Formats: sequence, C-alpha cells, structure tokens
Amino acid sequence: MGFSISVLRDAGYTTRPATIVQPMSAIPALEIQDLKKTYANGVVALKGVSLSVAPGDFYALLGPNGAGKSTLIGIVSSLVNATAGDARVFGISIRERRSEAMQMLGLVPQEINFNMFEQPFQICLNQAGFYGVTRAVAAQRAEKYLKQLALWDKAFEVSRTLSGGMKRRLLIARAMMNEPKLLILDEPTAGVDIEIRRSMWKFIQSINAAGTTVILTTHYLEEAESLCRNIAIIDHGRIIENTAMKTLLSKLDVEAFVLDLAKPCAELPAVDGVRLTRVDERTLEAEMSRQHDLNSLFAALSTHGIIVTSMRNKANRLEELFVRLIDANDKAVA
Amino acid sequence: MNAEHTLIALGTIVRREVMRILRIWTQTLLPPAITVTLYFIIFGSLIGRRIGEIAPGISYIEYIAPGLIMMSVIQNAYGNITSSFFGAKFQRFVEEMLVSPMPSWTILTGYIAGAVLRGFMVGVIVLGISLFFTKIHLYHPLITLSTFVLAATIFGMLGFINAIFARKFDDIAIIPTFVLTPLTYLGGVFYNVAQLPSPWKEISHLNPILYMVSAFRYGLLGISDINLAWAYAVMLAFVLALGAFCLSLLQRGVGLRS
Repeated sequence: MGFSISVLRDAGYTTRPATIVQPMSAIPALEIQDLKKTYANGVVALKGVSLSVAPGDFYALLGPNGAGKSTLIGIVSSLVNATAGDARVFGISIRERRSEAMQMLGLVPQEINFNMFEQPFQICLNQAGFYGVTRAVAAQRAEKYLKQLALWDKAFEVSRTLSGGMKRRLLIARAMMNEPKLLILDEPTAGVDIEIRRSMWKFIQSINAAGTTVILTTHYLEEAESLCRNIAIIDHGRIIENTAMKTLLSKLDVEAFVLDLAKPCAELPAVDGVRLTRVDERTLEAEMSRQHDLNSLFAALSTHGIIVTSMRNKANRLEELFVRLIDANDKAVA
Repeated sequence: MNAEHTLIALGTIVRREVMRILRIWTQTLLPPAITVTLYFIIFGSLIGRRIGEIAPGISYIEYIAPGLIMMSVIQNAYGNITSSFFGAKFQRFVEEMLVSPMPSWTILTGYIAGAVLRGFMVGVIVLGISLFFTKIHLYHPLITLSTFVLAATIFGMLGFINAIFARKFDDIAIIPTFVLTPLTYLGGVFYNVAQLPSPWKEISHLNPILYMVSAFRYGLLGISDINLAWAYAVMLAFVLALGAFCLSLLQRGVGLRS
C-alpha cells in the first residue's frame, strides 16, 4: 500500500490507545497486565502488553506475522513462560493459580496438534479427561460437539485420514470438551474453504451467544469485521489499537473502488476529490473520501468518454485500516 | 483441580498409554518376547548346559532367568516413555496436557504408570517364556514385585528425562544404545559379579542395574550377589532423586514451554 501517515491524518485518523467500555462491576474474562516476553535467542516478542476483554465479548486480536499474537496466546494458555507481567482469566492469575485459570480456558491452536493415530472421539474423550470430566459426560459432549461441527460420521476413523478442514473443526470440538468460559481461537479457519469457514463462524457465534467469551486471531479480516465486537491490533510486540470494532471502522474516511471499463482508457482524467490510478488498460482504481458522492465521479468519467461496466470495493474496510495502521506503526518503529 | 478430577486426569493418561501399548503390540510386546526366547535358547540351553550349576542347586539357565526378565522390564519401561512422551512432543499433542489444569505430578505419574504397566506386561510375557526353559520359584513375592515396580519406575523416569531433552528421534536412541544396553549386560544378568576380579567387581557396584537384578533374583531364587537392604536403599534413593528432578523439569517447562 502506498499510503503514508499524512494520508491517515488527512482522513482524520490518528493512532492512539483506546480502552473498551465495559461494566465496572464485571470481572474481565481476560485481563493482561504489562506482559513481556523475551525468548532465549534474544527475540523480544512482547514489550509490555496490557489489555482487557469483557465477559461475553467476541474479541479480535489482529496483527501481522511475527507481531506477538501467538506468544500472547501461548502465555495465556500456559504454553509459553512470560518474562514479566501477568494474565488473569476471570480474575484468576495464571501465575498464582494456573490450574484454576486453565479450567476456564479452551484453546484452538494455530497448528494441528492432536495425536494423528487416535480417533476424533477418543481425542475428545482424552481432552475432557485431562480437565477431570467423567467418562460418561465426556462421551455426551464429544457426540454433541462432533455432531455440531459435522464430524460425527468421522468420529471413529483415524484422525490422520481427516481433511484439513475436518482437522480444524476437530480442534474446535476438542477445545469445547471442558465447556470453557473463555475460548481462544488462533487462526481457526486458516486454509479452510469458504463454505466450511462459514459453518465454523456459525458455530463460534452460537457458543458466543450462549455466553462463552471468544478471542479470535485471524488473517481473514472480513472474518474479524463480521464476527467481532471489539478489537486489538498488535504489532512489534505492542498493542497499537484497542477499541470497539464500530469505533475503529468509523475512523476510516477513505474508500477505494475498482472500476472495470468497457474499453481501454488511454489517459486518466483529473477528477476533483478523487485519486484515480490505472491498474491496467481496462481497470481503474478510485480512492476518495467516504463523503464524496459517486455520481460526480461517474459524470466526470462519462465526460471523458469512459464507460464503467462494473465496480467493487477494493478491500474490506477493516483490511484497509489494518494495513494503514501497520504501515504507520512500521514507520514509527523505524 | 480437586482429588476426584485429578484422579480422572491421571486415569486418562494411563488409559491412553495402555491403549497405545496394545495398539502397537508388534512394536511393544512382541520384540522382547522374541529376543528373550533367543537368549534362553542360546545362553540358557546351548551354552548354559556346558556351564552347569552357578550356585548350589541352581543351573545357569535358572540363574539368568530373573536377570533376563529384569533386563526386559528395564528396557521396555525406558523405551515406552521415551517413544510415547517424545512422540507427544514431536506431534505437539503434549500441549493437550500442558494447557489443561492438570498439575505436573499428574502428567509424570501417568507416564510412569504407563512405563510400569508396559514393564509388567513384558515381564509377564518373558516369565511365561522362561517357564518353557526352566522352573521358576517365587521365593519372596513381595520383594519380586517391589523390585520390579522400583526398577520400572527408575527407568521410566530416566526415559522421561531423555524424552524431555530430546530434540529429534536420534536423541532417544542414543542413550539405550550407548548407556542402557552396556549397563544391563554389565549388571550381573549373565554372571555373578562376586566372581569378577578387582577392580571390575568394585566398579560393578557403581552400576544401579546390578542392585535391581540382584534384588529381583533374590525374590525369585532366594540368592543375591549383594546385600538386599543396600539394594533397596539405592533404588529408593534413585526414585526420590529422579522424581524430584523430573518434577522440577516439568514445573519449569524445560523442553516443553518456550
């Protein structure tokens, strides 16, 4: 993206930390305080991250690769030892009362990490057992969640024979075996086709509606935009944005459209308030303020004999914002 | 986790370990049966017949039978935990346990129990095979059983430590090949260490396997190369020291948590 920080400022956008509005009486589902992590090889993954997730929230944690998302999730789920700071799950410190905190947590990891030689049903039973769930209750839950995630017909097949999408769904079913109050999903839909992705969204929305707090990391930003109510963006080990999704999206004042033309366009016309760029001889890109009306753009194009046959948004709004924020932060860090 | 939940979690690990042992029985139970049968044929029947009695009223094949059983128990208890725990690390499904509320000691106890049970299964198979070649008396059932449990626990813990530090499959093959097998062969399985010349006799007493083989032999035959109380003291000291070390590794997440 060729945007600079000045474009953001022109659009009325500034990067600033924000806090989520939540009822004062509610104990946060997750509260992270000044979390730091430096790996043995000297890599500083987290530089003092603090955030709070309200109970019942559907929360997006976004960031580019290597930003520190997985380290953060690893610390919360006790797979990574923090260098400093603490995390509290429903008020319970993972440092001081790890066992109690983990009892309320479910994790869907980024990598497939179940025993490939076991059956999905067995994998679910074992996971429930590790949380102290009796065999009878575990069997009921395994059937329930494997059915809800359309895996029941594969429940007794060796899991290595499952497709990629099925393996991803099995990770979700497994994470539900202790019926967690806080479910963390680390890129749960990576590499999954759109139909299965949508069915997974539906399932996750249903458990959120039932009261489970959900934290989602994803690279599909339309996924975060359509599912999540609040959002944090992490980059270079720091939270660079933490606010409500609506608030964040309202900050985007610029929109970009891709215009398909009826015939090749040799010369770009100058249109007031619109930045036109040529993608190829039959495609233009128009970037304008959201307040700018499209009629004047079409009128100007018609004047120059340019006929638009179709148009679409260049990217979804969150993606646009995300890229700009990361660009701005990269420049600030540099 | 309360006691009931912890017990369920422990039972889950043990059940998973037993199912794994039975699922891949051609790798876990069959090889020691074949190996020990060959030992009995070659060392017991063919060579042992020429050696005659190694102690008053005890033939060579009778003498080596307890050692062969203990050798199988030790190797299989060690091998079970290294392959199982390292496999869990390698495929990363060890994370299923690490993210759970289970305390570290439950994970350790579950895997050690799996190692002891594999040792027990193999021990029973080898004992059954030995009955085809010689007669076995059970002089002291309690000593036999306790020695077996202690030996399997010690080598289960050593296997656990090996699996914790292993980064690739080669790392779990090195110790059995270059440490465990030589120590077993030099631990009085095939001979009485009292018959060794100095300083080999004294050096042999540094080998922990000697104490296990001797105590187990006492339980089955009523004869021992070393003092029984000393054997128990050594084994218990190993259990306590290794147990504390394993727990410390798990608590700190060495090799498991970054």
